[in-house]
Amino acid sequence: MKNKLLVFNDKGIYCAQADVYLDPWRPVKNAIITHGHSDHARFGHRYYITHHYNIPILKHRLGDIVVTGKEWGETFTINGVTFSLHPAGHIIGSSQVRVEYKGEVWVFTGDYKTEDDGISTPYEAIRCHTLITENTFGLPAFRWLPQAEVMQDINTWWAQNKAEGRTSVLFGYTLGKAQRLLKYLDSDIGPIYTHGAVENMTEVLRTIVDFPPTIRITQETKKEAFPGSMVLAPPSAHGTVWIRKMTPYVTAAASGWMAFRGARRRRAIDKGFVLSDHCDWQGLLESVKATGAERIICTHGYSDIFSAYLRELGYDAVTENTQYEGDEEEISVGDEKDAEKKEEL
Amino acid sequence: MRNFAALIKTLDSSNKTSVKVEALTEYFLHASDPDKVWTIALLSHRRPPRPVNTTLLRLWASELANIPLWLFEESYHIVGDLAETIALIIPDSKEHSEKSLSEYVGEMIALKSKSEAEKRLYLHENWQMLNYYERFVFTKLITGSFRIGLSQKLMTRALSKAVGIDEDVLAYKLMGDWNPQKITFQKLILEEKSQDYLSKPYPFYLAYAIESEPENLGDVRDWSIEHKWDGIRSQTIIRYGEVYLWSRGEELITDKYPEFQAFVNVLPDGTVIDGEILPYKDGRIGTFGDLQTRIGRKTVTKALLQKTPVIIRAYDLLEWQGKDIRNHPYEERRQLLEELYDAVKDLGLPLQLSERFDMESWEAVTEERMKARELNSEGLMLKRKKSPYLVGRKKGDWWKWKLEPLTIDAVLTYAMRGSGRRANLFTDYTFALWQDKEDGSRELVTFAKAYSGLTDAEFRMVDDFIKKNTLERFGPVRSVTPALVFEIGFEGIALSSRHKSGIATRFPRILRWRTDKKIEEANTIQELKNMIR
Repeated sequence: MKNKLLVFNDKGIYCAQADVYLDPWRPVKNAIITHGHSDHARFGHRYYITHHYNIPILKHRLGDIVVTGKEWGETFTINGVTFSLHPAGHIIGSSQVRVEYKGEVWVFTGDYKTEDDGISTPYEAIRCHTLITENTFGLPAFRWLPQAEVMQDINTWWAQNKAEGRTSVLFGYTLGKAQRLLKYLDSDIGPIYTHGAVENMTEVLRTIVDFPPTIRITQETKKEAFPGSMVLAPPSAHGTVWIRKMTPYVTAAASGWMAFRGARRRRAIDKGFVLSDHCDWQGLLESVKATGAERIICTHGYSDIFSAYLRELGYDAVTENTQYEGDEEEISVGDEKDAEKKEEL
Repeated sequence: MRNFAALIKTLDSSNKTSVKVEALTEYFLHASDPDKVWTIALLSHRRPPRPVNTTLLRLWASELANIPLWLFEESYHIVGDLAETIALIIPDSKEHSEKSLSEYVGEMIALKSKSEAEKRLYLHENWQMLNYYERFVFTKLITGSFRIGLSQKLMTRALSKAVGIDEDVLAYKLMGDWNPQKITFQKLILEEKSQDYLSKPYPFYLAYAIESEPENLGDVRDWSIEHKWDGIRSQTIIRYGEVYLWSRGEELITDKYPEFQAFVNVLPDGTVIDGEILPYKDGRIGTFGDLQTRIGRKTVTKALLQKTPVIIRAYDLLEWQGKDIRNHPYEERRQLLEELYDAVKDLGLPLQLSERFDMESWEAVTEERMKARELNSEGLMLKRKKSPYLVGRKKGDWWKWKLEPLTIDAVLTYAMRGSGRRANLFTDYTFALWQDKEDGSRELVTFAKAYSGLTDAEFRMVDDFIKKNTLERFGPVRSVTPALVFEIGFEGIALSSRHKSGIATRFPRILRWRTDKKIEEANTIQELKNMIR
C-alpha cells in the first residue's frame, strides 16, 4: 500500500503530507483539536486549529494559546491536503475532521454521538473511504434510551427527593454532561445549584447556548438553602467534604456506564441514569454504514470487539492504539481539582 | 413479576440499608402469600431447579438479539453477569406480561421436563414480554444464581417488621430444609410447630478479625484461646436418633459425610455441636486442598472415604439434653462439651476436641499463633470466657487473629479488563517473578493472578498506565511493559505441575503497590519456592 494519508505514531494521528496532527497527546507544531476534553485537547502545541465554539473552552482550560477558529464545513488547505470540520454531536463544539488528498477522503470522528441533544450541533455522517471511529460503548449491551425519557426520569427523581425534603446531587462531567443535564432540568421544581467547576465551564458556554439560571455554591451558601434543590457536580466531588453541606442528600450519576448494575454499585451512588455523550452500539453501526467507508480504524473503547464484528460484516477493520480515554466519568477537566480545593476551604 | 422486579430494582439501586429494609417490608405487607414465600426463598439462596443450562441460554439469547454467539460471549465477559447481559442485549417489545413471581417460578419448575424446542420458545416469548429489569430478574431465576445486594439478615429484619415476629425466631424458622414449592406462608412463618425444628440448626456465631493488638482486649485470663482450623465450619445435630450436619452456608450436608452416622445412638439425643469438618489421616490434619476432594461430590465412594477421611473437631456445645444453652457462658458450655467428649473419646468416633488454652500472658498467645502454619491452622480464635453464643457476625466477645499472609514482590506483566463493577478499568492482573535462564540472564515467569487489594484511585492509575503501555493484545488480555512492582500476599503455597512457575499459591491478592521498587528488585521464583515448608 502507498503512503497512508493518516498514520498513528507516538504523538497522535499524523498527516505527514500537511505536517498536521489530529488530537495529538504530545506537544507538536500543528494540532487540529476535535473538542475540549482533556484527553483530546492537550497543552503544549504551537498552533491550534479548532471549531470556533471550542476556542473559549480551550482558552479557559489551556490558557493563552495560539488558536485559529473554523466554521462547520469551512475548508482549509495545507500543502495540498484539504481539511474541514463537521459536527460530531458529542459536546458543544465537538467536531469530526475530514481530510482529503488527491481524491482520497479520511474522516476522524473524535468522540461522537448520533442522538441530537439540542446543545451540540447534531452529528452528520460524512462520506469517506477510511473512517477512524471511537468505540467507547462498542458493545451490543449498550443501548441508549431517548434523551427525553431519561431527562423525564431525572426530573421525576428530583421532584420526589424534594417531596422528601432531600437535596438531589447529580454527577456529570464538567464539560458537556453537566450542561446537557442543566439544559433539560425542570427549573420549576426548584433552584439549581452548581459546583464551582461546573459553574465556571457553564459560564464560558452561556455565550453559545441558553441555559436555565444556576447558583454557584460558595462558602457563603447556607446549608438551609439546599433541601429540595438540585446540585450539579463533577463525579470527583462524590465522597468529599464539600458534599456534606447538602445533607440530607441523595446522589445520582448520569453516564453510559450506568447501564451496568456493577458500575452503579462501585460508585456507591443511589441512582444511575443511563445518559451518554457517545454512540451506543446501534449508533456506531449506523454511522459506520452511513459514511460508506470500506476501511474502518477503531480507536478507543471496545475497539477490538467492534472491529472484529465489522470484519465479520465484511469491512476492512483494524484497531489502533491511542491515548484517548472516552471514559465518560473519569475525564478530568483542568480546573476541577483547584475548584474543589477552593470550595473545601 | 412487576412488583418483585421493582423491589429488586430498589434493593439494587440504593446503598442505604434503611431504604432496602423499608422497601422489602413494604413489599412483604402487600405481596400475595405465594410471592412472599418465593421472595423469602430466593433471598435466602433457595431457588427453583435450573430448567435450562447456561450454554443454551447464551445461544438462544444471541439468536433473539440477532448477534453472533462470540459477540454475546464477549459482552457477557465484560458485563460479568449472564442475566444482566441478556437483559441488556434483548430489546424491549410492546407486549407486556402480568404474570406474578410465583406464577413464573411455577412455570420454570414445569419447564425443566419440557423439550428443548419448548424451552427455547418459552424463553424467546417471555424475554420479550418483560422490561429490562423484569427480564434481568426472570433470567436470574432461570440461571439460579440469585444474589442481590441484601443479606439474609436484612431480609429477616424486614420480614420481622412486616409480620411482627422476633428476628431471631424468624432466623430460626427460615433455617433448614423447607421447600418453597410445598410450604405455605402460614406454615413457614406464622404457625408455631415444634416438630419442624427437628433438623434445624442454630444461626452460627461468626467472629470479626481482631482490630488492633490483642493486648487491647484486656486481661488475657478472661480469654480462651484456640486454633482456627481451616475446614468447613459445621453444626452437628443429634435429635431423636438422627444426625443432621449443617454447613455455615446453611446447607444440609449430612449425606456428603456418612462418617458421622457413627454418632447415632452414641451421642445423646438433644445434642448440637459447633465444630469444624477437617480431613484427617494418619494422625494428621490435611490441607483444605484435601478437603476439596470431598466438597461438591454428590456420590461418596468407598475409595474416596478411604483416601480422604474426615473428622469433626468440636469447638462448642449449643444444645445439651434438648435444651438451648447458647445463653450460658462459653466456659460452661465448653465444660459440658469436654465432659461429653471424655465419655466417648475411646469409642473411635470421628470426633475430636479442638484444644483450648488458658494463657498467662499475651506473649504466650503470640507464641502459640506462630505454630499455626505448622499445625495447618489459619491462626487463633480468641473467645471471651463469659461470652454467650450470639447470632451472626458480632464484635466484642469473639475475635479471629489470623496468620499474616506470606508476601512476595512481583512484577505486573498482563492485565485484563475487570467485569461488572470494574468493566471500564483494567483491574485483573497477572504477576511474574524472576527466573534464571541457562545463558545466565533472567526472565520474568508468571506465578499468580490477583484482582483485589488496591483502592479505586490506585486502580485508575494502574489502568491508565496499562492503556499507555500495552505491548500486545490477546483478546481481552494485554501484555504490559514490565515496570510496576506490587507486594503480593497469599495464604498458602504448594508445588504444582499445572503452573508454569511450578508453584500454586492460595488466595493471592495485592497488598500494596511498591512504587519505591524497580522491577530488578522484585523477588525470584527460587525465593518463592524457598517458602514451601
